[in-house]
Amino acid sequence: MMWQPTANWDALKQRAVLIAKIRHFFAERNIVEVETPVLSHATVTDPFVVGIPAIFKAMGGSDEKIMYLQTSPEYAMKRLLAHGSGPIYQMSKAFRQGEISKIHNPEFTMLEWYRPGFDHHMLMDEMDLLLQCILQTKPAERMTYENIFRDYLNLDPHHATIKDLKRCAHEKDIHLNEELTSRDAWLDVLWTHYIEPRVAIERPLFLYDFPASQASLAKVRAEDPPVASRFEVYFKGVELANGFHELQNSIEQAERFAKDLAYRQQHHLPAIQMDQRLLAALNQGLPDCAGVALGVDRLIMLALDSKQISDVVSFTFANA
Amino acid sequence: MAVYTTNEIRGGMKVMIDNDPCVILENEMVKPGKGQAFNRIKYRNLKTGRVVERTYKSGDSIPTADVVDVEAQFLYNDGTDSHFMTNETFEQYVIGDAGLGEAKQWLKEQSECVLTLFNGVPLAVLAPNFVTLKIVETDPGVRGDTSGGGGKPAKLETGAVVRVPLFVQEGEIIKVDTRTGTYVSRAKE
Repeated sequence: MMWQPTANWDALKQRAVLIAKIRHFFAERNIVEVETPVLSHATVTDPFVVGIPAIFKAMGGSDEKIMYLQTSPEYAMKRLLAHGSGPIYQMSKAFRQGEISKIHNPEFTMLEWYRPGFDHHMLMDEMDLLLQCILQTKPAERMTYENIFRDYLNLDPHHATIKDLKRCAHEKDIHLNEELTSRDAWLDVLWTHYIEPRVAIERPLFLYDFPASQASLAKVRAEDPPVASRFEVYFKGVELANGFHELQNSIEQAERFAKDLAYRQQHHLPAIQMDQRLLAALNQGLPDCAGVALGVDRLIMLALDSKQISDVVSFTFANA
Repeated sequence: MAVYTTNEIRGGMKVMIDNDPCVILENEMVKPGKGQAFNRIKYRNLKTGRVVERTYKSGDSIPTADVVDVEAQFLYNDGTDSHFMTNETFEQYVIGDAGLGEAKQWLKEQSECVLTLFNGVPLAVLAPNFVTLKIVETDPGVRGDTSGGGGKPAKLETGAVVRVPLFVQEGEIIKVDTRTGTYVSRAKE
């Protein structure tokens, strides 16, 4: 039985230094550090992000209540913003059901921050400074989702049909065991199998303005085609962060949740309750803001030029 | 039929893909933050030897293949087929030249090897990592040259040709790494 840590002590000391550097970065900018619950009554409706349930029982009681370990502190932080907090950040544990690989640990450290008055471009500027500070990188490259698909695959991601996407995958020698029925799943496959390994090698890449179908909690701009004010950050084959110019409209948010729930039902995924507290906060009014969540273990992994999370966390899921 | 799901699949497992027995080489989960999880599975088709990559949705399953590796001894070649006998059960198996593949050039009578059986039928033969074989033909080297640089081709008793240092002579026995097809050292009988 292995009781020893998976990372060596030197890496854990360097980790501590980097964490202090991150906190300093936010202190310098007067962004307030907050703590929100890790254990929550509600969880996300996303079909592909799953919270880990935890059972609560009141002392002496017999009723069992299913709670969830948070998948990110997003909803709680938005409730603070709606209550008038101003700029805030949090570095805390987040949990994702089932996600294990060299660069996935079901329990991980997430850095999330929100900037009232920022759009996704301003937040990308700030995040780039953080990356330069922690990773000593050159200024990041920026490309729209559309342009990168056009450049690497000669494909228009907003209009390509499933047939186009399938043919493109075939041309690039990507073989799937079964046909995919969702355009977004095909786009993900082309991105992860073909484009991602070819980009962000020398410096980080900010990929922005996603198809509206992948808006998640970002504002969608009514352009032609409509695009989501969302960005993701990649470096050396690692997805580091995901940010939004945040959706403020509570009715639209409830509609997106409902769409997720319909998808869940159709695909026989467990039913989830919408987080009514978040919707109530949005209804009260979320300030115009941008927010981003960054995987800290992955950031440290890149800073230490490591290839797997186990090199930079004390104990991985396997020997937790 | 027994199956493995994508999260159980590890390197070395034998599975059936497109009705052919295959051995898993790698299995990597790919999961974009907000997207669906996939498993990129790399495998070798045990019939054709081809290495292929295929992507599965996480949670998909792949049937297991009734493939076993058994230790065996190469008995003889009758001109068209090679005959083997397993060490434990003394059962005899026959394989044509095509099925012998790479192993053909390293096996001489009584050589130990590994037979891969699929549904009880031999599918492939794996030579040991190291074999000792006699040199039957090579140019005389320059006396006094003991460096490894340069070298010369040497034909072995099984027909294989490997590069050997200049000081190694015809009639000598050498040790060869069959995975790379390279000379390791001189050997005693």
